[in-house]
Amino acid sequence: METSTENTAPVKLTAKDFTSDQEVKWCPGCGDYSILKQVQTVLPDMGGDREKYVFVSGIGCSSRFPYYMATYGMHSIHGRAPAIATGVKAANPELNVWVVTGDGDLLSIGGNHFIHVMRRNPNIKLMMFNNEIYGLTKGQYSPTSSKGIVTKSTPYGSIDEPFNPAELALGAKTSFFARTIDRDPKHMQAVIHRANKHHGTAFVEVYQNCPVFNDGVFFIFTEKETKKEECLFIEHGKPLVFGQTENKGIKLDGLKPVIVELGNGVSKDDLWIHDEEDKTKAFMLARFADLSKDSETHFPRPFGVFFREDRPCIDEDMAKQIETIQAKKGRTSLNKILSGEKTWTIV
Amino acid sequence: METILDSTPQRTTIIKETDSVVVRFSGDSGDGMQLTGMQFTDTSAFLGQDISTFPEFPAEIRAPAGTLAGVSGFQVHFGSKEIYTPGDMYDVLVVMNSAALKSDLPRLRKGGIIVANVAGFDSKNLKLAGYPEGAKSPLEDGTLENYQVYKIDVTKHTKDALKDSGLGMKEVDRCKNMFVLGVLFWMFDKSMEYTIKNLQEKFGKKPELLNANLIALKSGWNYGDNTEIFTTRYKISAAKLPAGVYRNISGNQGLAIGLIAAAEKAGVPLFLGSYPITPASDVLHELSKYKANGVKTFQAEDEIAAICSAIGAAYTGSLGVTTTSGPGMALKAEAMGLAVIFEIPLLICDIQRGGPSTGLPTKTEQADLLMAMHGRHGEAPLPIVAAATPADCFDAVYEAVRIALEHMTPVIFLSDGYIANGAEPWRFPTEDQLPPINLKFTTTPNSENGKFLPYKRDDRGVRPWVKPGTKGLEHRIGGLEKQNETGNVSYDSKNHELMVKLRAEKIEKIADSIPLAKPDSGKDKAKVLVLGWGSTYGAIKTAVLELLDEGVVDVAHVHLRHMNPFPKNLGQILHGYDKVLIPEMNTGQLRQLIRAKYLVPAEGFSKVQGMPFTTEEIKEKITELHNSK
Repeated sequence: METSTENTAPVKLTAKDFTSDQEVKWCPGCGDYSILKQVQTVLPDMGGDREKYVFVSGIGCSSRFPYYMATYGMHSIHGRAPAIATGVKAANPELNVWVVTGDGDLLSIGGNHFIHVMRRNPNIKLMMFNNEIYGLTKGQYSPTSSKGIVTKSTPYGSIDEPFNPAELALGAKTSFFARTIDRDPKHMQAVIHRANKHHGTAFVEVYQNCPVFNDGVFFIFTEKETKKEECLFIEHGKPLVFGQTENKGIKLDGLKPVIVELGNGVSKDDLWIHDEEDKTKAFMLARFADLSKDSETHFPRPFGVFFREDRPCIDEDMAKQIETIQAKKGRTSLNKILSGEKTWTIV
Repeated sequence: METILDSTPQRTTIIKETDSVVVRFSGDSGDGMQLTGMQFTDTSAFLGQDISTFPEFPAEIRAPAGTLAGVSGFQVHFGSKEIYTPGDMYDVLVVMNSAALKSDLPRLRKGGIIVANVAGFDSKNLKLAGYPEGAKSPLEDGTLENYQVYKIDVTKHTKDALKDSGLGMKEVDRCKNMFVLGVLFWMFDKSMEYTIKNLQEKFGKKPELLNANLIALKSGWNYGDNTEIFTTRYKISAAKLPAGVYRNISGNQGLAIGLIAAAEKAGVPLFLGSYPITPASDVLHELSKYKANGVKTFQAEDEIAAICSAIGAAYTGSLGVTTTSGPGMALKAEAMGLAVIFEIPLLICDIQRGGPSTGLPTKTEQADLLMAMHGRHGEAPLPIVAAATPADCFDAVYEAVRIALEHMTPVIFLSDGYIANGAEPWRFPTEDQLPPINLKFTTTPNSENGKFLPYKRDDRGVRPWVKPGTKGLEHRIGGLEKQNETGNVSYDSKNHELMVKLRAEKIEKIADSIPLAKPDSGKDKAKVLVLGWGSTYGAIKTAVLELLDEGVVDVAHVHLRHMNPFPKNLGQILHGYDKVLIPEMNTGQLRQLIRAKYLVPAEGFSKVQGMPFTTEEIKEKITELHNSK
């Protein structure tokens, strides 16, 4: 008898395997291209089968994302992706569910679903492309646009106070918050890896440049001249250091963050050591974006994982509750459900 | 028929045999009238009588005690004949206070019985009920002389009976509904056994409360038996219902277990995404109890998230369901459009109530039909199935699920507050009597070149359903218009028109799988056809049967379950009659659809009072139309 052996070793997938046959139609130079590329690059390394991925999006430029992924996917309606994704994950916790959304989609029309998905903490990944503008509707201000911004709908300047997404997410009990940026592929890949490893809703804010309607809004964080002064890359267990020659740091004066020059008796040991599990400090990091506006001190913008904690996920709790009750009570037969507890017979 | 039952020298009690009686329990929201009514109903059902109930309660949870706004009523029609409605007028009205009398007296038939708790007619209660300062109690001022009035100080008798119970004032006062129930059981010669058993189950862990309730109940019975105020008792035999095993069921219960049954028969998990809203919340409550059967229920943050979570679950291969009422339907409309263009199975249950806006949240209406039919953006046709009675909620929702799963489409199920909360005996089916639901998930490519085409249709226009996780069939679906077959985004104008047509044809073809319309009562040809839909069934049926029995009016009744698509022969049926009458609890929504589609000059008969039609109203209208030129 002859047997033929097939090579059954799993074939290592590549970025190409996650690329659909659809032409990508974002504007030339859009930051979304980079995000798509980083996700497609990182997914093959994350293990798991391609058919287990479901990308869910709402409406907006970012929300075209699922069409370009060779996985399962749903392009849905404005703001509702977190609610749909919660249903997908609750109904089938085996699936690897990702939500792709934008600042308008998630924080404006989808604001309610956003806070509730944070508190429920389904084990899904949620990437918000923040370009501080409405792109698909051609240039109105968004809930993250700076006050005073001149757009098509605010010709005399916006009078709306913007949301601070990190602060909002932490307030809504997110179990993971990280920030990254389109023009730093390596950093983004590392953050996506961390988000994927997180057990629970991982909320990633990606600063993304809209070259058409809000070009350059994040350039101070990406251009060589300013990046080192303006960005604070945080890592768990490491001191908060930044500056052209890593010459500056942040230390805590009681509950007040203070920028200090390193040297002259100030060493890295004196600085604030980043602790991802410290929610109070995560709130302080989240506030850096506003502190720069509110106080005289200009703070750099933190990038990286601000906060993570392990806590129960609703999809798993739902399944567990069913298992527990099934074990305790046993399944009721359909005939018993039909008859109910009290019947009578007519002859 | 009258017989002398008890002829001890001092007193004579007459036993009257009758074939049906309507009793209305009415009191303050806190008086426990719903519970009393339900106990009375269940006992009647167990005695083999046919029943129909109509609970009616205020929108306020606890409106100020003693006021008209706080009146809560429970109406039950029971009898030895077949009963299709809770009754137009009541024969017996039980009132716990003067507000209840004021609110419900108009529908007590002349000569009817009033059982009144006199403690609810003191000056304070009279004032709360809006009687002028210093007015005499209506129990005393002669205004009730056309009725038989039994005045009982229920509050005092209950207090006396429970003076040694060790319970506080408040708890004692709560037992007075059991006293009233005992009196009524005596009046209608009904056994207390069922209620006693029920109280034992309910208060098993609180012996002092159990004891107090039992004492109050028995004291009420003894009061009826010992005092001489009642001269008449009533006897109602068991009804001649078809042989079989029965249970009592409300519309919302029927809906809940219909969903479980359909999901189990189809072999898919059941997922309910819902947001609490009157009168639909009971479906969420009921389904939440069935965790042991794997039912997943999700109380969402709002109506939109509720339907969206159900869409997400449906995408994974579950039976996705959302339950709501009118205002929630409006909020879900955008997501329904998404489900239409996705072409995934989904069930949207609308338990209608009085609208628009918050309207009359606890009252009934059928005014969402045109919203169900047209209330979406773009060309977005959906099948609609409407339930006719509480027990029919089971069958109708089972059919709605079959259509959703077999035809890959969202389906709207319409019920309303009247049948959702009302109850009737139900000769329930067994599992193997349930019709099959044929469902197959696609697991292999469906085109010759080995590619998977998510929008390639079968001869019914139905596209394949693939569970995410199926290797090799990864695909994307979306709200943007899609190219025929491939499902890729397409802005091509001709393709859009084709897709609109294909989606509509798919819904039209459902008519091939639904039964033809036929008269429920009456003949294929007659002078007048009464065309009904939804919860008007009982009133129309009773009216038509009575008219046919009287033999003067030539009338028939057709009742629609499938509101879209209509049964294929409906046009033909309609043309078999000289006149068509459509009674609806709206201003003529089905009439509009029927006129537009079949060019039949159907007459409408509207009632939008938050109350169901009475049989008498429909009889009069039929007769009027029948006799008109």
